[in-house]
Amino acid sequence: MTHWIPLWLHRLSSPPTFYRFAGVVWPWAMALALLTGLVGLYGGLVLAPPDYQQSDAYRIIFIHVPSAWMSMFIYAVMGLASFIALVWRIKLAEVVAMQSAPIGAAFTFITLVTGSLWGKPMWGTWWTWDARLTSELVLLFLYLGVIGLYHAFEDRRQGARAAGFLAIIGIINVPIVHFSVNWWNTLHQGSTINIFSGSKMSTDMLWPLLVMTLATKLYFIASLCRRARSDLLALEGGKDWVRTLATREVPS
Amino acid sequence: MSFTSVHDFLAMGGYAAYVWPAYGVFLLVLLADALAPTVRRRQVLRDLRAQLARQAARHARKDSDTLPVSATVPSALPPRSA
Repeated sequence: MTHWIPLWLHRLSSPPTFYRFAGVVWPWAMALALLTGLVGLYGGLVLAPPDYQQSDAYRIIFIHVPSAWMSMFIYAVMGLASFIALVWRIKLAEVVAMQSAPIGAAFTFITLVTGSLWGKPMWGTWWTWDARLTSELVLLFLYLGVIGLYHAFEDRRQGARAAGFLAIIGIINVPIVHFSVNWWNTLHQGSTINIFSGSKMSTDMLWPLLVMTLATKLYFIASLCRRARSDLLALEGGKDWVRTLATREVPS
Repeated sequence: MSFTSVHDFLAMGGYAAYVWPAYGVFLLVLLADALAPTVRRRQVLRDLRAQLARQAARHARKDSDTLPVSATVPSALPPRSA
């Protein structure tokens, strides 16, 4: 292994170590996700004032925008992990990449459905082929393509490499989704939240949105840990550590 | 608090038909996502235990047979590959 990779990271990439590590991480991440999620939902649905133009319909923003951010964030994680997997052939990177895909697809699906439910009363249509909506739909197809390609191979590691290639190529779509509202005239509104130039949103609406964003991030960590654990058991079924674990645990 | 009553809250300013399904989809999809690894884990462990049990049985048979059938009667079947 290359010398500049820290030793702890190298150790963590060993399947049994990561299995234990993820087993410690996920309950905390899940608990914090539920806690922040409840606080964020209460803040968004109950405490935040209605919008002066959209009344209470705008409350969809508290799940729509965090999900949309996650759909792009998880794609970036998947692309980066795929790149690491292809270059260094690290088994754990393949697992992280392939197990991120269903979670990303879930958030992309949520984004599209909640957006549609928001578009109907505000724009008068469930769907329109504008740049933002279309590129987000392409993102869903990319996720589904990665998942499908992965499962099309008999050999799972070979499948992970092929699907990893597709994931890397598809990264080009992430900035397209992000900048689509600036590059083209879209029905979709421009961004309200900007890290660099400040946000155009009042604080009592902004904080539930940011708390929900944190909740979705924490949920992703928890879900990824759990998926990676199950997947490592399947991948390493022939290894001693999995055999000991399988005989030790009570059948359920 | 931006609503005066529970009824007000549920009505969502007349947009209940859009707001509640959106939150429903959000929660249901994430619930399904959370259940998937549990189901998979059980499946993987069940398969693994079955495999280990088969292997153990095979070993036990091999050890207990002092005069294996295959030694006296030439087997008509080719040995099964693992």
